[in-house]
Amino acid sequence: MKYNFKVFRGDKDSGGLVDYNVDVDEGMVVLDVIHRIQAHQANDLAVRWNCKAGKCGSCSCEINGKPRLSCMTRMNEFSPDKPVTVTPVKTFPVIKDLVTDVSWNYEQNKRIKPFKPDPKKKDAKGYVMFQEDVDRVQEFRKCIECYLCQDVCHVLRDHDRKDKFVGPRFMIRLASLEMHPLDTEDRIPAVRDEYGSGFCNITRCCTDVCPEKIQITDNGIIPLKERVVDRYYDPIARIFGGGKKKQK
Amino acid sequence: MLNPKEIQTIEHDVVVVGAGGAGLRAAIECSKLGLNTGIVCKSLLGKAHTVMAEGGMAAALGNVDARDHWKIHFRDTMRGGKFLNQWRMAELHAKEAPDRVRELEEWGAVFDRTKDGYISQRNFGGHRYPRLAHVGDRTGLEMIRSLQDYGIHQGISVHMECTALDIIKDGEKVSGLVAYWRETGRFIVFKCKAIILATGGAGKAWKITSNSWEYTGDGYALAYEAGAELMDMEFTQFHPTGMVWPLSVKGILVTEGVRGDGGILLNNKGERFMFKYIPEKFAAETADTEEEANRWLKGDKNARRPPELLTRDVVARSINNEVKEGRGSPHGGAFLDIASRVPAEAIKRKLPSMYHQFKELAEVDITKEPMEVGPTLHYFMGGIRVDHDTQMSRVPGLFAAGEAAAGLHGANRLGGNSLSDLLVFGRLAGVGAADYIRKNTGTINLDEEQVKISVRRATDILNRESGTNPYLVHEDLQQVMQDNVGIIRVEHELKKAIDELQRLKKDTEKVKAPGSSQYNPGWHEAISLRCMMITAEAVTLAALERKESRGAQTRLDFFGEDKEWQKYNIVLRKGKDGNMEVEKVLRTSTSPELERIANSTIEALDAEVAAEKENLKIS
Repeated sequence: MKYNFKVFRGDKDSGGLVDYNVDVDEGMVVLDVIHRIQAHQANDLAVRWNCKAGKCGSCSCEINGKPRLSCMTRMNEFSPDKPVTVTPVKTFPVIKDLVTDVSWNYEQNKRIKPFKPDPKKKDAKGYVMFQEDVDRVQEFRKCIECYLCQDVCHVLRDHDRKDKFVGPRFMIRLASLEMHPLDTEDRIPAVRDEYGSGFCNITRCCTDVCPEKIQITDNGIIPLKERVVDRYYDPIARIFGGGKKKQK
Repeated sequence: MLNPKEIQTIEHDVVVVGAGGAGLRAAIECSKLGLNTGIVCKSLLGKAHTVMAEGGMAAALGNVDARDHWKIHFRDTMRGGKFLNQWRMAELHAKEAPDRVRELEEWGAVFDRTKDGYISQRNFGGHRYPRLAHVGDRTGLEMIRSLQDYGIHQGISVHMECTALDIIKDGEKVSGLVAYWRETGRFIVFKCKAIILATGGAGKAWKITSNSWEYTGDGYALAYEAGAELMDMEFTQFHPTGMVWPLSVKGILVTEGVRGDGGILLNNKGERFMFKYIPEKFAAETADTEEEANRWLKGDKNARRPPELLTRDVVARSINNEVKEGRGSPHGGAFLDIASRVPAEAIKRKLPSMYHQFKELAEVDITKEPMEVGPTLHYFMGGIRVDHDTQMSRVPGLFAAGEAAAGLHGANRLGGNSLSDLLVFGRLAGVGAADYIRKNTGTINLDEEQVKISVRRATDILNRESGTNPYLVHEDLQQVMQDNVGIIRVEHELKKAIDELQRLKKDTEKVKAPGSSQYNPGWHEAISLRCMMITAEAVTLAALERKESRGAQTRLDFFGEDKEWQKYNIVLRKGKDGNMEVEKVLRTSTSPELERIANSTIEALDAEVAAEKENLKIS
């Protein structure tokens, strides 16, 4: 079946949508179509990809304006009557074609205080922690760093406040550390002051696009916001000083 | 022509090429030992092929079955590798894997837990006891993220989207690495005393593979050109269970964990065919009735393991045979059924990414219907020949670890032994490089002539007026290897492949990438062709040389294992005339103690280990 693809070609200075007519076979995903264009029509079409199975988070782009992994977007959800547009993620600067500069994300990760396990929770056989206590942390650790959540976050996408808010990806990274049963570090002050938890206004757009179906807002960001509130704004805790205690 | 003096130069003590599990672990060790360490990786950090590893990481922790011990892990590894493994490496691996797993937990990994709160372990093919530390079916992601998040605080310089082109030498010794930045297309020279290659394998030279675009044999080719030897290259592992439909996902991995957790293989007649294919060597340890196999699944410690959990070479060949004899599934594979064996909720909990992968890519609900699976090229047991303790190749200063190195897995790798390999030998390569640098304090010289040659070879591809399309040359290569150097091999096909490779080499020399040098995948593809060609030739020559069937190498014209061939590994190197040389190398004898352990019956070894543990308790 023939499809019309409109793919962004260009760099940070200039560019636009370029038309490609491509044969699409049964079972193909959008990334297959991009590869077919690359092999036969545009050898230098730039695209990132690795695993082609939704496990590495490299091939993020916007398909008909929606942030998606191109390797997990099947062609049978589109009709051949309408063109399919493929553009780079909007929140990060374009390098070339579908490839964007996501280095800002790596800088944010480096700012987060690393994991610091409690040596007391270890015996001769290793650390002891129970499945029910690690379930919620494991949910966050499913993150494949595709940055689609960063792409749709209003704070980053529309307001470009990358100077104030680390974005949903790193809020759940923080949540995975703060809720880790072995961790002894305290990041709650930084969650408020350095990572900007207050900027999130809980529209849940990040959760909607997460290919791993992580409940970013409800299970990650809201509990972090609650911990900030407990620490700084809970009157009883403030009187008794209990709010300073770290909860896990 | 570009003046080498104008090329950006960065100096490190050691450069690690590759940022998968082995590369990251090696870099962490180097940095801990005080070396100025750089990582060069083709993709963004955290995207390396390690993320694709699903089932787990083998280590004899004994958390689920206390009878486990390094000796039993060692024995399983040697038997799985059909006794071609390097003894010392298999010993080091089995002994050190538990510490590497615990260390990863210390650095933040969150493994699934046992009821009493320790790291849980699952069953896998060829492993006597439940041994694989895991996180659902995304253990590789957990490993790479843990190493990444720990590694970024260790003072390592990470050079992302940077592709290694050639190793530079000062006399015999390593003195640098030429590479290029994908983003700008500009060249860079790393001046360094040691290089650790952790570049993974080369599955992309085949058509049906579980490997990503990065798997183009860069490390094999760079090491080969620099004078190092390759070994065991004939042993390419075809994982028995890759997806077979739709076409666009053909080859994508279906974890062995499906079988470890109870999944069974059926042909189109509904027969559980693996019972027909139990090799004599494993008969004593494998269930021969469905009734016994079912008891094992329920946890009966006296029952033997189901035949679906035989080693990968055996299962892959069996599926291949069922298909060949007309009992395959509609799309040319076998049925892998877990739906009728395990409750839907448990499948979703234990195998979440398999559930999504099939649901989203094939519209198959694995909790309700069977999957269709078939063999896919997955892993290179062979690779760069290294010293067993230091991981250094015969080129001073050049090290290798993980899939890029040969030795641990012999003729066939057990599932789960790869992730542990990455950490054990990644670390040891770091220790080896640090020792080497400590002993070699003299200055090194970066030869500009070698840099020039490397840069010119790369830029010629862009500057040519016209030439062959790199993508089509690659497709051609994949077809040649798939058709002639596949799961079942025979002399006339292997010879045909050698002829075809000569033709393809000529095409590669004429390849042209249109466009500029900035983030140009066509150029990148053209550059990697050279590496794939060298690797493909090495595999084909080694496969032709080994006149027997053993592990992952199956020769139609040489049926079964030949005792005589168990004495040799096949080594390849660049000859003085520039052609590839093949040599049968006699395996060195090892400690009689290791041989005794590997050749013990399982009952005797179980008893020995139990007695040892008892003695420890008393003392």
